[in-house]
Amino acid sequence: MMNDFKSQLVSAFQVSETLLNGAAELPLHQIRRAALRTFEQIGFPTIRHEEWKYSSVAALAKETFDLSGNSRFTADDLGPLHIPNLDGNILYFVNGRYRADLSRIVSSPDDLIISSLAEALKANPDEVGTYFSRYADFQDNAFTALNTALAADGVFIRVPDNRTVAEPVIVRFMVDTREQNHAIHPRNLIVLGQNAELTVAESFRTLGNGKALTNIVTEIVLGRDARMQYYKVQNDGDEAHHIGTTQVQQADNSHFYATTVTLNGKFVRNNLNIVLNGQHCEAFMYGLYIPNGRQHVDNHTLVDHATPNCYSNELYKGILGDRSTGVFNGKIYVRPDAQKTNAYQSCKNVVTSPDASMNTKPQLEIYADDVKCSHGTTTGKLNDEALFYLRSRGIPLAEAKTILMYAFAEEVLSHIKIEPIRAYLSDIVREKLAM
Amino acid sequence: MYLLATFAALKSPLYQPTMLTISNLQAAIGDKQILKGINLTVNAGEVHAIMGPNGSGKSTLANVLAGREDYEVTGGSVEFDGKNLFDLSPEDRAAEGIFLAFQYPIEIPGVTTVNFLKTAMNQIRKYRGQEPMDAVQFLKRMKEKMALVNIDQSLLSRSLNEGFSGGEKKRNEIFQMAMLEPKLAILDETDSGLDIDALRIVAEGVNKLRSPERATIVVTHYQRLLDHIVPDYVHVLYKGRIVKSGPKELAYELEEKGYDWIKAENEAA
Repeated sequence: MMNDFKSQLVSAFQVSETLLNGAAELPLHQIRRAALRTFEQIGFPTIRHEEWKYSSVAALAKETFDLSGNSRFTADDLGPLHIPNLDGNILYFVNGRYRADLSRIVSSPDDLIISSLAEALKANPDEVGTYFSRYADFQDNAFTALNTALAADGVFIRVPDNRTVAEPVIVRFMVDTREQNHAIHPRNLIVLGQNAELTVAESFRTLGNGKALTNIVTEIVLGRDARMQYYKVQNDGDEAHHIGTTQVQQADNSHFYATTVTLNGKFVRNNLNIVLNGQHCEAFMYGLYIPNGRQHVDNHTLVDHATPNCYSNELYKGILGDRSTGVFNGKIYVRPDAQKTNAYQSCKNVVTSPDASMNTKPQLEIYADDVKCSHGTTTGKLNDEALFYLRSRGIPLAEAKTILMYAFAEEVLSHIKIEPIRAYLSDIVREKLAM
Repeated sequence: MYLLATFAALKSPLYQPTMLTISNLQAAIGDKQILKGINLTVNAGEVHAIMGPNGSGKSTLANVLAGREDYEVTGGSVEFDGKNLFDLSPEDRAAEGIFLAFQYPIEIPGVTTVNFLKTAMNQIRKYRGQEPMDAVQFLKRMKEKMALVNIDQSLLSRSLNEGFSGGEKKRNEIFQMAMLEPKLAILDETDSGLDIDALRIVAEGVNKLRSPERATIVVTHYQRLLDHIVPDYVHVLYKGRIVKSGPKELAYELEEKGYDWIKAENEAA
């Protein structure tokens, strides 16, 4: 039996198909059709699915959402969403649609080729088709399948060989639920040529008290010697669901740095999948999550060491309050050929309430014999000795707790190199931890 | 004229108001009774040394005074400047002027000594109804006190005690003490793990803070620290009680004879 949301999504696809005319015959649309079929077959995952054991989407699957992308959002609504002192290329998407009127692109078109995915699909479908859905596999992932079928917009970025983009690209996804519930399916494609360099931040916000679902997929392709900083900043509303996959493909000697910060949201699931598909690649993954109330944050990471001589390092940290729940699942594959792999993983959590809980699961599958791999997870309370030390110097208990929690979080925040974003996050983290 | 006279009297070394009164203090950790009735009075301007063999309760006494919650106070009372100490949280005790130099200062990653001290000073000032210290004043005081304990600025900009040597940690304790200017400083085995040069620096730091308005309790196992910080009184703690008190010469006697004669005397009694 089909639940409401699923049938709504399938019929939305069918309606969109009728509007395509000739484009329905393009290879790209055939991929979308296949993705929809997969979604129809597998449906939303249940907690019997190993990858969703601790993250139930049962309640979400019963909701209904507007899929139209309509909104009355204007520039006046940006006020409370403003990030002080932020410069660079800033692109706004409201309810999934690109808003050129709110956005600004400052980098030279020689360095940065950037447009909305909708425009790119119209102007240059072949180029989009070269990358679209080539990396993010939807076979066993209902949400990626759904995104692949329905994604209408997002950002398309290409940095030509040997170009360094000095200004960061900040992509802000706003879900405006002031009038009704909205679900969006953004799709980003980021392609860095050989020896190209780029910093991208994805930021997520919700307006209003309605329910929101952001089901996003970002595919990132790094050429030889390319370097990329990637930040995912989630500060959604209390009724917002976020399910996202970032799929990264690295060629020889490329460096990728990811920092994922989850400040707020009702239900968050982040998949970060990195394939080290060339020698001497480096991948760094940092994560911070600070849920409270009944919020749920699930980070799944996968590093696929497919080639020899690569390095990956991962640090995720959580501070969980009230009745919140967290999941960390870190997979590392070291394939038989991937000798001289160095892979490190660490997940550290502080639980500040007896009703909060954290599930951690490192999964190392190592098929090569000359490798260095380590993993560790800890979950505990704040250190009583440290608290006493601070109090013995005159710092009140509540303040001492905030200081220690912030210091714990800072280790991850320090990896964000866009200073206005780091400062903005730092303020919000302090504020939330002081609650 | 009258006010001036009173002020002068307060400043006079002859006028020594009682600062700390410990009466029949008993404390336990879990089921184990450690302090079994401590009586001690400390007046402003005095330095008291608490000595004793390992396990006699010296560190427990220091920590109970600072408010560590691992210990349960099972009897007796402590009055500090006319206030019941057990009514005060550790932070309020600090704000009232008690400072504990830790035997094992903890490492706190991500918190720099400078930021931590700024927060501590301003919280204490807030408690006392004073305005926060401005940045210029704070830096000035910091420079002055850094020189006092021969501590480097770069050390203070790092995470609190993280990767510090034993000597650096102890100097950092004395630096913090100098910054906070407590009324009552309690040094818990500050000499342990220090070489003779570090010991001298630490002792000089403590001595420079000696004044008629302040008092110090020096908890130590060995007499050597007392060569540098000369106490007014020496107390010997044994099995949770003060079994002997005397002038500074008592420390030399202990150094010479060890603690066995104290043990023997008390086992016999």
